Amino acid sequence: MSDELTNSRLGAMIYDPAPESAATAHLKPSYGLFINGEFSDPSSHDPFVTLNPATEEPLANVAHATSADVDRAVYAARRAYDTVWSTTTGAERSKYLFRIARLIQERARELAVVETLDNGKPIRESRDIDIPLAAAHFFYYAGWADKLDYAGYGPDPKPLGVAGQIIPWNFPLLMAAWKLAPALAAGNTCVLKPAETTPLSALILAEILQQAELPPGVVNIITGDGTTGAALVDHPGVDKIAFTGSTEVGRLIQQRVATSHKHLTLELGGKGANIVFEDAPIDEMIEGIIDGIFFNQGHVCCAGSRLLVQESVADDVLRRLVRRVDQLRVGDPLDKNTDVGAINSAAQLARIKELTAYGEEEGATRYTSSCPLPDKGYWFAPTVFADVAQSHRIAREEIFGPVLSVLTFRTPDEAVAKANNTNYGLACGVWSEKGSRTLWVAERLRAGVIWANTYNRFDPASPFGGVRESGFGREGGRHGLEAYLNV
Amino acid sequence: MSTAPLRLVTGDEREVHMPSVSTVPVIESESQLRGLLAGLSGVDAVGAEARAAKLATRSLKKSTKLAALDLAISMVDLTTLEGADTPGRVTSLCAKAMRPDPSDPSVPSAAAVCVYPDLVAHARHVLGASAVKVASVATAFPSGRASLNVKLLDVREAVSAGADEIDMVIDRGAFLSGRLGQVFDEVVAVKEVCATAHLKVILETGELATYDNVRRASWIAMLAGADFIKTSTGKAGISATLPTALVMLEAARDFAEATGAVVGVKVAGGIRTSKDALRYLVVVNETTGSQWLTPDRFRFGASSLLNDLLMQRLKQRRGSYVRADEFSGD
Repeated sequence: MSDELTNSRLGAMIYDPAPESAATAHLKPSYGLFINGEFSDPSSHDPFVTLNPATEEPLANVAHATSADVDRAVYAARRAYDTVWSTTTGAERSKYLFRIARLIQERARELAVVETLDNGKPIRESRDIDIPLAAAHFFYYAGWADKLDYAGYGPDPKPLGVAGQIIPWNFPLLMAAWKLAPALAAGNTCVLKPAETTPLSALILAEILQQAELPPGVVNIITGDGTTGAALVDHPGVDKIAFTGSTEVGRLIQQRVATSHKHLTLELGGKGANIVFEDAPIDEMIEGIIDGIFFNQGHVCCAGSRLLVQESVADDVLRRLVRRVDQLRVGDPLDKNTDVGAINSAAQLARIKELTAYGEEEGATRYTSSCPLPDKGYWFAPTVFADVAQSHRIAREEIFGPVLSVLTFRTPDEAVAKANNTNYGLACGVWSEKGSRTLWVAERLRAGVIWANTYNRFDPASPFGGVRESGFGREGGRHGLEAYLNV
Repeated sequence: MSTAPLRLVTGDEREVHMPSVSTVPVIESESQLRGLLAGLSGVDAVGAEARAAKLATRSLKKSTKLAALDLAISMVDLTTLEGADTPGRVTSLCAKAMRPDPSDPSVPSAAAVCVYPDLVAHARHVLGASAVKVASVATAFPSGRASLNVKLLDVREAVSAGADEIDMVIDRGAFLSGRLGQVFDEVVAVKEVCATAHLKVILETGELATYDNVRRASWIAMLAGADFIKTSTGKAGISATLPTALVMLEAARDFAEATGAVVGVKVAGGIRTSKDALRYLVVVNETTGSQWLTPDRFRFGASSLLNDLLMQRLKQRRGSYVRADEFSGD
């Protein structure tokens, strides 16, 4: 029997590549600006290239909208608001939203491949999470469009007008859906600016809006960089700015709209704490920690990037966690078996490398997955830092990458104190089989979202948003309507 | 600033660690057993099901799929457990188990044939010196509602008729009413009667209802000396499911790490397609790993599954599907 007493290698079975076909994306060589229901050329010919971060190969040329183009888009949105959308009934708006939702479902495979090519996220996630959730948001808000009287904001609540919406690169289509669906349901028209590195799925969405025969100008999608975004924020014809992105840019936007009539909602960064008590369901908790930080390469504003473990189980949790991290399959994002894809850009990769280097300098113990990384593209192996102190930069700053910082605590009070010791307040997780303790902790955490025995679960019916430097305003649920109603 | 040196996870850290000396605790009282079970972590049902669903999206292609199909064939306990079973039926089942595809000698044989005790002698006779094992259900299968004496006699007869493996059922009534010591003692008693025969302990997870119960029952069986823990009889409303298998494999992994003893897992009931079988193998691969990817440590209790595995195997090789009639219906 002695041969039975050797160790067992996890993941011993080698999986042959199982790639989704990139051709499914049907990408065009170049894309214009979607203004007033049609694609048009920008005012100056200065396109930028969007890359596949997994290969560094170019995917398409995308128009760079100037302030003149922003002006044109806002004008189209204003005209559509005045002439069509403000007089379209809720029931009619609802029909368009249902149509968009169904078209997203019909073109789900294409959208998933586009998202994976442009963003670097694994096809499993774009296929099973991003695209279905985007459709679900349109379905959900389609239901609200003719029921606004009953949303709790008084009888006949009015829209704001033209909404300028700036979205990040981590969930390109999903964030577009989070912004557009409630805005349209509430009766606003929109100018949406996708992120510079991930514009493609929003442009496919523009085609879907054409297919859905949404009246011209109700949604305009303009691509560009920070200057395009700034022009949109500063445009006097915009009544509302909704921004999801970094706290740094959010702060600038808040300053710029401070002296204007514009309404503002911000969904910014985070440094979410995942709190593990000794009675947590251990196997599911390990999976939850993994999902919390390695989902979408950790490019998640609500990522559980700080793990707070009760000291009595810290060694066991760390041992199991490191073993599990090493099992993650990193590589070709189009491969259906890939767990962790490519970092979205060279700039983001540099930022992750910089912060993790601080982690070692400050004395944390580093565990990095031994998975092989592709030669081309932007890659970062999943990493766990143990022995992290509250004062370390890796415990305070948002890394926005596949890097977890592990801290320990002794009592529930200490767990709450450590979890709240941050400028952010977006999301936290609590892991325990004891409901009363979970509720006690949840009541004391300063964060917009608290997950119990799970992490990174999203549903259109559930409001999402932060407190403190994680922003203000809610997206999703009945609460998400408030951001687009004049109440 | 200099780039930080990478501290890679070592090969050692990625494995399921087993102590080199087997140290299964000796259970001397029911309170000791209860204390041990109380120390087990709970199972979050939503999380366990989500994990299983995620693993079910793994896509096995090309050589991986071929190797996995062959592995699955070699793990099948080809089963017939009907009131209408006859020696003739068992004869053809044995032939099928030894040579699943007579036209292709490269197809591995199944792991075992699984029959009722009264047909063990016949199966033994037909299988002769073949590597295919004779497995027999015993202990008043499937309900287990008989006295311990009757159960032990059932086992003793199957073993003396030549059974290599005994599939016993636990007393679910005793488990659900909290008489955990009785469940444990019965497994110990059966194990003793089994002598050299391998013991598979059927938990009938569909009747245990919760994953917490599945984890506890798995530990009771393993502590009592089971060589395998098995999901189901195939006779209850709910048989093997992927999350149940996941919870049992986690138990087997943790038990091996705690004691150094490797206990196998058998899933049975309702597994009919290759797709299902490959999903179980993925869960094994990513939960317990290499040591369990052999017929000695993982089994499928099934009947119609074997033909679907053969069909998929041929499809992988030929590139097109073949008619179901290409294979014998046994």
